[in-house]
Amino acid sequence: MVARVQTWWTILKICLEERLVYRGDFALGTLMRFLPIVTQIFLWTAVFASAAGNTIEGYTSETIIAYYLLTMLGRAFSSMPGLASGIAKQVREGEIKKFLIQPIDLLGYLLLARIAHKLVYYTVAAGPFALVFYLCGDYFPPFPGMQVFTAFIISLLLGFALGFFLEASMGLVAFWFLEVTSLLFVYMLFNFFCSGHMFPLDFLPEPYFTLVNFLPLKYLAYYPAAIYLGKVPPEELWQGLLIETGWVVFFIILSRYLMNAGYNRYSGFGG
Amino acid sequence: MVQVPTRSCYPITLLGRSLDGAAPEVCRTTLYFPLIMNAIEIRGLEKSYRVYQKQEGLLASLTGLFQREYRDVNAVKGIDLDVQKGEFVAFLGPNGAGKTTTLKLLSGVISPSGGRATVLGHVPWERENSYRRKFALVMGQKNQLWWDLPAQESFKLHQQIYRIDSQKFNNTRDELVDLLDVRNLLGQPVRELSLGERMKMELTAALLHSPEVLFLDEPTIGLDVIAQHNIQKFLKHYQQVRGITILLTSHYMKDIAALCKRVVMIADGEIMYDGSLEGIIDQFSGHKVLTLQFAEERMPSDLSHYGEVLEIVEPKAKLRVERGEIAGVLSSVLASHSVADVSVEDPPLEDVIADLFKQSTNKQAETKAAAAQATIGK
Repeated sequence: MVARVQTWWTILKICLEERLVYRGDFALGTLMRFLPIVTQIFLWTAVFASAAGNTIEGYTSETIIAYYLLTMLGRAFSSMPGLASGIAKQVREGEIKKFLIQPIDLLGYLLLARIAHKLVYYTVAAGPFALVFYLCGDYFPPFPGMQVFTAFIISLLLGFALGFFLEASMGLVAFWFLEVTSLLFVYMLFNFFCSGHMFPLDFLPEPYFTLVNFLPLKYLAYYPAAIYLGKVPPEELWQGLLIETGWVVFFIILSRYLMNAGYNRYSGFGG
Repeated sequence: MVQVPTRSCYPITLLGRSLDGAAPEVCRTTLYFPLIMNAIEIRGLEKSYRVYQKQEGLLASLTGLFQREYRDVNAVKGIDLDVQKGEFVAFLGPNGAGKTTTLKLLSGVISPSGGRATVLGHVPWERENSYRRKFALVMGQKNQLWWDLPAQESFKLHQQIYRIDSQKFNNTRDELVDLLDVRNLLGQPVRELSLGERMKMELTAALLHSPEVLFLDEPTIGLDVIAQHNIQKFLKHYQQVRGITILLTSHYMKDIAALCKRVVMIADGEIMYDGSLEGIIDQFSGHKVLTLQFAEERMPSDLSHYGEVLEIVEPKAKLRVERGEIAGVLSSVLASHSVADVSVEDPPLEDVIADLFKQSTNKQAETKAAAAQATIGK
């Protein structure tokens, strides 16, 4: 166990170092992600100006901006840029062999690399995030209390795990198709609408709202924001997190299954 | 001292009485003797896979969207091979002969279509961690190191992956980087190293966990003569000192001549030859090269009676003569001409092997063409 923890720690350290090699590009990329905030604020202000009442589906022009900022935070945990396409590239170019030859677990390794990626990202983005949240402080409702806040933090962490294993499963499909760009495009499109990234899911008419509620995608952006803004009734809070955990377990099992089946296919196919 | 039994030892139990003979109890001592065992055992190993067969043109591409035609490629056709511990064996063969496929099978990257193989008692394609800690595969065209980081970071990662004790890791790393003369490059990002330097780092990384079996797939490909020579020297030394088992594929005859006593020639998925490098000439070359230096002023014009004329540079002539006829030809030349000097030599090894490869490549092309014809005919 000690040896295993040491391995994880070394992988984490090396991945951190690697991330820092292209620090200029990374910092610029991170900062650029904050630009859309301005356009979003203008957009929603315009939408509410033309709306009949002060609220749309329970959201005021203030809470919608708070919602948007919170989904941004949620996506900072759950989005996995380059994960699936990276796996596909490794399969296509044969680098995946390394994981067949060396005593190292592909998913465990990728998870650690991703944690390192995120840690560097949070370090770079912490300042801008703090600034934006400070400037937009007036849009937020009062602090929701420790219980809701804890649930919010847990939902962010679960969102990370869900995003990772979901997208890893997507990438592992490359063992069968080699190229997964189109699949990823379709997934991103669904993700954009069904995770609540584009607009709060409450805006969806029935039966779409119920349908989207059954999907795991809402946990990637909508759910943490909804928890923080008090849209999730307290009695449903833990049940919701339990279902999210269920989805995480499902995708852990699915990705592991796909990895092993993929290895077998790869080795049978010719390497 | 009690010796711990291992796979490579076999027990012998000695029974006897105590020296004074009075005590009735029997002394029992079990000794373990090292057993020379095979590191690699291959029996009837086969690997075939399907490749997509596309006809030329756009129409064929469109048809291929709905109906695909595949062709079976038999990359390895039931080979048998035993390699003893501590042997340095070369796989020789033309491109597409099945050399790399065999190495991939033995390292567990791919699983076979038939037959069996064990390496150090493990079935490679079961990919047990205990096996994966005992071997290494170095592919000349593939990179295992982290591209953007200095090699020493990749080495640290290997230390953890292979669970190498710190002291041992430091010793092995120091020994390897000194032997390969790359100590001063440890801190330089891998992407900034030359091809030869990178290969040295790859070898270091592969050997950090002191593997018992090493598979090398064209380790000197693309390297200049000096770099090739350095790698050869290192491999030879390391193998002799450590006594590890190495299987090497290479297109460079010099690699093989410098390193391996045993050569396994693979062509078209089958073993054509297994023995010494020199033995290839005895087995496959049916002719010798006869060089005659004539003492006469005029060269004889009827040399083609004796054999195929390879070269004439007056007063010398080189003839290709069948092995069985050499004595007869020689005596008849000496009887009818005045000869100043004679030499009978084996043809150059490269030529013999090139001929063999050409034959097998032609055969392979014929088989492929026949298979393609059969597919079109369907």
